Amino acid sequence: MSRLNIELPGLSLKNPVMPASGCFGFGKEYSQLYDLNVLGAIMIKATTPEPRFGNPTPRVAETPGGMLNAIGLQNPGLEKVVSEELPWLEQYEVPIIANVAGSTEEDYVRVAEVISKAPNVHALELNISCPNVKTGGIAFGTDPEMAKNLTKKVKAVSEVPVYVKLSPNVSNIVSIAKAVEDGGADGLTMINTLLGMRLDLQTGKPILANRTGGLSGPVVKPVALRMIYEVSQQVHIPIIGMGGIQSAEDVIEFFYAGASAVAVGTQNFIDPFVCPTIIDELPQLLTQLGYQHISECTGRSWKQHEQFAYHRA
Amino acid sequence: MIINDQCTVVSQQQIAESIFELVLSGKIVEEMNEPGRFVHIKVTEGLDPMLRRPISIAAINKRSNEFTIIYRKQGRGTSLLANKKSGETVDILGPLGNGFSVAEANIGETAVLVGGGIGVPPLYELAKQLVAKGVKVISILGFQSQSAVFYEEKFASLGETYVTTVDGTYGKKGFVTDILGGLVVQPDVIYSCGPTPMLKAIEKGQYAAKVFLSLEERMGCGIGACFACVCHTKDDPTGHTYKKVCTDGPVFEAGEVAI
Repeated sequence: MSRLNIELPGLSLKNPVMPASGCFGFGKEYSQLYDLNVLGAIMIKATTPEPRFGNPTPRVAETPGGMLNAIGLQNPGLEKVVSEELPWLEQYEVPIIANVAGSTEEDYVRVAEVISKAPNVHALELNISCPNVKTGGIAFGTDPEMAKNLTKKVKAVSEVPVYVKLSPNVSNIVSIAKAVEDGGADGLTMINTLLGMRLDLQTGKPILANRTGGLSGPVVKPVALRMIYEVSQQVHIPIIGMGGIQSAEDVIEFFYAGASAVAVGTQNFIDPFVCPTIIDELPQLLTQLGYQHISECTGRSWKQHEQFAYHRA
Repeated sequence: MIINDQCTVVSQQQIAESIFELVLSGKIVEEMNEPGRFVHIKVTEGLDPMLRRPISIAAINKRSNEFTIIYRKQGRGTSLLANKKSGETVDILGPLGNGFSVAEANIGETAVLVGGGIGVPPLYELAKQLVAKGVKVISILGFQSQSAVFYEEKFASLGETYVTTVDGTYGKKGFVTDILGGLVVQPDVIYSCGPTPMLKAIEKGQYAAKVFLSLEERMGCGIGACFACVCHTKDDPTGHTYKKVCTDGPVFEAGEVAI
């Protein structure tokens, strides 16, 4: 009996571990390293209506325990993703979560309408939180009303459940979460990167050509946990948690905070085998901690102890 | 095949100012053939620095199951790498990227190898393989100063070798392109690795030879997934077509990408 399977809107996951969008391309690179069938799902790179080159280089900078990126949503565009990338992924028995991005409401609606029809796309991840594009993106993710309206419009055209990816660059993440829940979101993914910057010691100028970028890696984990802890107590939709996950222990911590599944981002760049390693290690960790099934861990940080009693009997 | 290998340090020594030569052994050597590819090195088990360091392969020794990398100790990552002692292990991902194609030079032809500073190392394995094939190799190696010069005698054992220094403290004062422009022999192929201004100058030189340039760029994953190290193509310099330095490169034919 599986101890890791999770049922979420649109997603029957054999395990709750998936690579995060933007950290796994469209899967081809990692498919040379291991069988993608071991993954719970794959969150593919953000797709916009037209192809995008993205920002000038340097696009990455480092800080202890983290990295900054300002890729700028580089992607081959909707048509190519639907005609080439998604059909290639059909060889795997893995649900795809398509990350939908754009500059205007119309952009999001167009991508969502078309990409949600792909047979292996089981859910959308609405990217209203990319900090690295000049227009759109994060603007939709920092205003509750805009976030709600966009969610409604995308829900109206999508053939699959819609998860909204929340930005941590807000003063009240609960209000955004509630707004998109009101707008009809089926779930949340959180968190996207934290806006940051690094400066060059010699020149005094920003290291990133885009000046600022999104901070990710273990350094953001406490922020992600706190936000998932706050949001999961205030909404009735599931959360796919992400932000600095490196190990099976980190996965359990995200579940405790309130996540029902997790995504691994930056660590794929350092250890390309991190997802299969975590999936392998989770059952033993559950045994050590005394759980039958990983779902027992969700929200343990705030749920009343009695709610767990029947699981443990 | 790309593998993740815990390699053992065979030796580490400083061979010029801030320049270190590290010899590693491991099963990853079985995967190494083409010169000009690189390995992605995790220099610490800790979180600073986070990312791996891409460093080109300078020499492959299949018999002893060893390979050599040469790097400049510059930032925190390479400083940690410079502390590795014989017998310690180093986490290596690789081999990665597209290297120099030996097949581009035919037996009896002349290949000129042009290296600048820390761009010199990958040309050494290339020189060995070209000579083994029967290609005549001329090497032009440029450095900042006498204290930075390394591997001159190794290249010299494989063919005619010229050294330039920017400050004139060793070899000929000036740039590698001064020597390249004045060669009596007409090269059939030019292979180059070094700082971007040098690569640009070689590309502009309009030599009657096939020219291959190895580029350098900040990388994230090193396997083509993160899109940190992309560059524009020459025929679409402002559009959305691109090449990834880590997987399409680091070696490109001159005119392929905008440098």
